[in-house]
Amino acid sequence: MRAYWTVLSARFRLLLQYRAAALAGLGTQFFWGLIRMMVFAAFLENAGSRSPMSLEQVVAYIWLGQAFLLLIPFRGDAELEDMIRSGNVAYEMLRPVDLYGLWYCRGIANRVAPVLLRCVPMLVVVTLVGWLDWPGLHVLVAFAASLVAAVLLASALGTLMTITLFWTLSGQGINRLVFAAMWMFSGITIPLPLFPEFLQPMLAALPFRGLCDTPLRLFTGHIPLDQAPVAIAHQVASAVGLIVFGRWLMALGTRRLVIQGG
Amino acid sequence: MNAPRLYFRYLGVSLRSQMQYRASFVMLTVGVFLAHLTEFVAIWALFDRFESLRGWRLPEIALFYGMVHVSLALAEGVGRGFDVFGRMVKSGEFDRLLLRPRSTALQVGAHELQLVRIGPLMQGLLVLLWSTTALGVDWTLARVGLTVLAVLGGACLFAGLFVIQATLSFWTTESMELFNIVTYGGRDVAQYPLTIYRSWLRRFFTFVVPLACVSYFPALAILDRDDPALGSPIWFRWSAPLVGVLFLAVSLQVWRFGVRHYRSTGS
Repeated sequence: MRAYWTVLSARFRLLLQYRAAALAGLGTQFFWGLIRMMVFAAFLENAGSRSPMSLEQVVAYIWLGQAFLLLIPFRGDAELEDMIRSGNVAYEMLRPVDLYGLWYCRGIANRVAPVLLRCVPMLVVVTLVGWLDWPGLHVLVAFAASLVAAVLLASALGTLMTITLFWTLSGQGINRLVFAAMWMFSGITIPLPLFPEFLQPMLAALPFRGLCDTPLRLFTGHIPLDQAPVAIAHQVASAVGLIVFGRWLMALGTRRLVIQGG
Repeated sequence: MNAPRLYFRYLGVSLRSQMQYRASFVMLTVGVFLAHLTEFVAIWALFDRFESLRGWRLPEIALFYGMVHVSLALAEGVGRGFDVFGRMVKSGEFDRLLLRPRSTALQVGAHELQLVRIGPLMQGLLVLLWSTTALGVDWTLARVGLTVLAVLGGACLFAGLFVIQATLSFWTTESMELFNIVTYGGRDVAQYPLTIYRSWLRRFFTFVVPLACVSYFPALAILDRDDPALGSPIWFRWSAPLVGVLFLAVSLQVWRFGVRHYRSTGS
């Protein structure tokens, strides 16, 4: 266990070094948040009962989405990808710890560190401007629990994307497809409740909503507090399912892996 | 060898090297195509629920969307080298280009044609073609010509932005992530008619980065719509895309200025 903790904290400290990049990223994210806010305000203007969310809820959802954007694993671990391509992944495999556990811990740090750097200033600013109403303590506890579950889920997905790179050529294409699915079905482009009604059952079943939509809807009160346990259970179950699948795929990938010498 | 021929020779080399991994190329292109298409699916989903956006309907939005996406894809395909230029400055690779008796802009622009860009290009074209059939507009020769002109003007504008972004890295030796606001952010803004935005954003994308001239104004002329919000004259709507070409010409002058002030990093 200590080994995993060390990997996690070392990676964490490394990632917290990139403060200038975080600042630039913050600026672009503010811009995107503003555009999105204007677009949705225009859509909801005369929507009346056609919209299942109020404008305040949508605005809060958009800004929370920007604050926690980097939770979503847009690609596999770039360093590990290089290692797989160069053959240095052999070193990783020789380490006396479980490879999946090792990569999963890296994944957690990769998700949490950049989010921490960005979400605090973002949340402070949008709260001061008045775009974000904070709910009561009970809701915040549920939100925090759901965020933790989102991290577990995001790391499972990210690790899975890295593992597909064992099949380098097709892995990149698959990663793009997973990316598209995440972009669409996590709620980061549009809040999931705004999708057409006939798509809602599918969106609710897919694991992607656990990355962003579930915690955000808990925060904005769109999912009532008494349904929080079910929503969080769905996140955890998706995470466990993806971990099991990732482990199986990794076993398959390492069995047929050929490391080129030299 | 004259400049255009040299340019296509560069592109040919780049293409052949990428076609060495054909299976990977096909997978990636399909992936990129679908990833981009999700953006339009999102817009479709919103229209399915809300039906209209301040009086604009889905086929009209599709025209905006298609034009700007095709423009950006063309600019990325042709001027991708400028997008990654920061790396060339950092590594000192640019020094080698300076030694060759050819235009630096040409060499950088042709540096790395990404064939994967076919994905977004096809996606944009698909949406654009769908909108032209769904709109019910009388497609006179003039309207078709204006659409093509607007797309090309947009490509020039985005290419100009990439050139300016690259020029900045002469001084910063970093690639500027903030610049994405005007390139990719501009694309996202121009997916919708300009009138839905607040006035500060409208002014920015009309006067500072004249994206409206290759998107909003020509689209009004194509759709034969009035412009009560901004009150642009009709002759301007038809000729506005030329501003994009002008923008590229100015950007290339800025580039030349930058090259003269280039100092190698020495690494």
